[in-house]
This record gives sequence, structure tokens and C-alpha cells, in this order.
Amino acid sequence: MEFEAIIGLEVHAELSTKTKIYCGCTTEFGGEQNTHCCPVCMGLPGALPVLNKEVVTYAMKAGLALNCEINKETYMARKNYFYPDCPKNYQITQDETPLCKNGYIEITTEEGTKKIGIQRIHIEEDAGKALHREDGTYVDFNRSGVPLIEIVSKPDMRTAQEAKMYLENLKAILQYTEVSDCKMEEGSLRCDANVSVRPKGSTEFGVKTEIKNMNSFKAVEKAIEYEIKRQIEAINRGEKIVQETRRWDEAKGETVVMRSKEEAHDYRYFPEPDMVYLVVDDEWINNVKSTLPELPDKKRARYISEYGLPEYDASILTSSKALAAFFEDTVKEGASPKDASNWIMGEVLRTLNDREMSIEDIKVQPKHLSKLIELINNGTITGTIAKKVFKDMFETGDDPEKIVNEKGMVQISDENAIRDIVNKVLDENPQSVEDFKNGKTKAMGFVVGQVMKASKGKANPQLVNKLVEEELQKR
Amino acid sequence: MLVTIRDVEYVAKLARLEFTEEQKQRFTEDLNGILNYVEMLNEVDTENVEISIGAYRVENALREDVVKDSFNRDSLLKNAPDSQDGFVKVPKVIE
Ligand SMILES: [Zn+2]
Repeated sequence: MEFEAIIGLEVHAELSTKTKIYCGCTTEFGGEQNTHCCPVCMGLPGALPVLNKEVVTYAMKAGLALNCEINKETYMARKNYFYPDCPKNYQITQDETPLCKNGYIEITTEEGTKKIGIQRIHIEEDAGKALHREDGTYVDFNRSGVPLIEIVSKPDMRTAQEAKMYLENLKAILQYTEVSDCKMEEGSLRCDANVSVRPKGSTEFGVKTEIKNMNSFKAVEKAIEYEIKRQIEAINRGEKIVQETRRWDEAKGETVVMRSKEEAHDYRYFPEPDMVYLVVDDEWINNVKSTLPELPDKKRARYISEYGLPEYDASILTSSKALAAFFEDTVKEGASPKDASNWIMGEVLRTLNDREMSIEDIKVQPKHLSKLIELINNGTITGTIAKKVFKDMFETGDDPEKIVNEKGMVQISDENAIRDIVNKVLDENPQSVEDFKNGKTKAMGFVVGQVMKASKGKANPQLVNKLVEEELQKR
Repeated sequence: MLVTIRDVEYVAKLARLEFTEEQKQRFTEDLNGILNYVEMLNEVDTENVEISIGAYRVENALREDVVKDSFNRDSLLKNAPDSQDGFVKVPKVIE
């Protein structure tokens, strides 16, 4: 039997507001334990939470960028559970009235563009951090009360790859709108997945499992792939899938049971009595709308139509806000979009990948990349030398002109100087001259390579070609 | 009977409370009394009434996004039953 998988994702993103959701403590990452705290975020009795207006604005911004409707009247709810990182023994969140609903994200699959629905986006508070040591559990509440949005997708994804694409696009949109910095390593973006399988063609849903503890997009993809395979194999063995929460074990590369349905939490949601209605009007919504930047989809389309870039290049360049900005700044500094794109898609991304760095960490300035391209185009340096200069720029962040001058990398365009090198190479390689005379044109390529090498890559390649041919004919 | 002793045991477990058999019996009776009393609310037609979250309608008690000084850690930690190295310390829990 052929199966298909049904995947839904729940993503938590920490908002980039300055203060926490219900108190004025800073949201700054790090800090000594329990120094970004007050009675509200420590859950002390009698403390009164007051909603941060900016949290509403940020959440609506995310919602509008994700094509959602805004719920104009909402209220907060208590979600009750016991865990030491939750000091009040309840989390103030939204239950029946999420701030945003019914949105979607577009992903590009082999069959074309596919819309992945977003069921809801609600605002809530983050928990503290529990450290488990030999003699007890130690809790730091600096993160407690940091604002979150939870983005719940519809069960519209069918493969682990689609899930990964959804996450990548979601992350790009949250970064473009500056709603969240989406640093998975700092926990500001977290993802849980709901996975079930069913016979292909069936319209009923199978029993789903929830997978937690995936710390990267790669892990999400691997965990979902594993879980789909596990469920299909279990069904093929005649077993029943049980509704349960499973944890992704990165080291073992498998999902393991965390808790079964019987042990599932009963959160007993009810309206939060310490808070009042949240009402947003058209003016507020329109103000937020007017601050939306150009989003990845639009930007990609513009790169294709305005700059004439191939779709693939446009997708890569717009995949993160920082990369798109680097590209646009390089163009602004004078480089042609094609040259800028070629360099970024080539040398820049390759070097960043090799070093496992991201564009945010690069020392090279867009104006320097633009200048490097100009140095090639006006014949000051050769393409080969440019790659060497770029390596230097990558290490030092220096101006390419400075590097070229200091290291004497200027292109040799003096015919006589090149002719001397050519003749020297020909003298040293009589066999090549012989081969050329016998009609083996390949020999010419070898000589050209030797001349370039002898000039340390500085000789003007067109001139080298021309002079090698001339000198060979003479012999 | 709206509430059985099973319900009392379940709610007690959720609230991390332990009761004697006698107490469970008493709470079952008490809760049934309370629920029977508020049962009369079901006689009211609420078909077209919106859910209300409070006795008085209040909207948008909001705060500007301006950082305020956090509290002194030592004074905060005095409220915890136990603390060490600036952390709140609780019995070991692993989920
Ligand atoms: Zn606080």
C-alpha cells in the first residue's frame, strides 16, 4: 500500500521587543541568572501583568505578513500546568481568541507553488530555563515573560522537505519584518511537528504523534522523515499508531516516546481574570500594514523582472533579509546586478559555507565587493587575481584597492613583458611547440596555462592568448 | 450527581493535592452542592450573549515598550523556598 504523510507545524518565535510581555524587564539575551526579573515575571502573588502594546503590534505585523486576518477583539487565557520553569503554575496565553488567523505561506515545490495554511497566531509568554543538576533543578527566570508568538500551521504539508521549506520561508518573513531574530541556537525560534500517515487517496486523518526537541531545520526534516517511516513500518506490521508525544534524539537519529495520551496534560484553559479585553481598530491595523517591508516573494519577483536574475539566484539572494541587503547595497555601490549576484552566489556564499559562517558575520563590505568587481571590469586585475584579493578581503575586511596595490597584484597588460614570458615558456617546452606544429591545438592551452602561472595570474588573459598564438606561429 | 469521587481525585491530582478518603467524600458532596446551585444559570437563555471575561467591560490596559529596572536578585530570591548561586532551587524534576 502507498502512504502519504500529513504534517502540521507549531512554531514558537520570540519577539524582538525591548521588554517582556507583561512587565518592563528587559528581553536582552543572556545576563546573569535571575537579574532580568521582577515580581510579575517571577510569578509572585499579587503581581499584576500589564500587556506590552508593542507585542500586539509585532504579532499583528507577523500576521499581516503571513496573510492572516486580525481578530479585532481578543482576550488572554490561563493555561494551567506545573513545571518549575513556569513560576505562576499557569502560562498567560490566548486560547479561543488568537490575535491572527487563516493565513498562509507559499512554498515552491516541484509541482509549482503550494500554499501552506496558517491556522492561527497567538501571543503568549515564554517560560524560564530549568537546569537539571545532581542535587536538584536550578531555575533562571530571565527568559520568563519574554513575548512569543505561536504560529500553528494547517496540516497541509506532505513531506519533510515541504516542512523544511515552510520553516525557511517563515523564518525569512519573520526576519524581514524584524518581528523576531529567529536564532534557533538562542531558542528564539522553536518548532514542534505533528505527523500522521494515511493510505494515499484516503481523506481521513490517521492517528498523529507530536515530535519535540528538534534544534535545527535539518533536525526537523530528519525527525519528520524518520517518523513517517516509523509509522508506515508499524502499520505494515499490523500495529496501531498511538497518539503520543515523542522526542527527537539527535544522536541516535530516532524519535522516542515522551508521554502517551493518557499522560497528556489537561490544561484547563479559562479567561485570564488579571487582564482585560484587547481591542484593535482599523487605524492600528493600517498603521502596522504601512510598516511592512518588501517581503521575500515580492523581492524575488523584482530581482527577476528588474535585474534579470535567474529564478534560482533570486530565491537564494532573498532567502534572508541580510543577504538581500548585502546584494542590494553592492548594487547601490555601482556593481551591475548580474556581477553582484554572480560574486555573492559564488565566492561569497562558498567561502561563508566553508567557514560555517552566515552573511551577518562577514567582514567584507558591499562597497568593497562593488569596488573589486570594478577592478576586474576596468582591467586592473584578472579574474584569477580577484579571487585571491577576495580571500584577503574576507580575512581582513580591507579595501581591495589597498590589497591590490600593497601586494602588487595589478594586471600585466604590457605586451612586451608578456611576450618575454611567452618566449621563455616556449623555450622551456619544445615538446609543446612540436605538438602545436603537428596540429595539436591542445598544446596552446597548456602554454597559456604556463604563462599565467609564470605571471602569478597577473597577465591579461586575452593578451596571453593572442601572444601565445603569435609566437607559436613564428616558430 | 454532577461530580463523582473520581472527578475529585482527578482534579486533586491536577492540583497536586492529596486528600484522605473522608476529605474526598466531603469535597464530592460540597462540589455537587455548589454545582447544583449554579445549575440554575442554565435556565437563562444565553443564545445571543457573547462570552464575557469580567463583570465590567474594560479594554486595552496597555503598557509602552520601555525598559524598567528589574528587581534586586537577592530580594526576589528571598521569596523562593530555596536558592543557590543566584538560581531558584527546587527538587530535581526531569520530564
Ligand atoms: Zn519582570
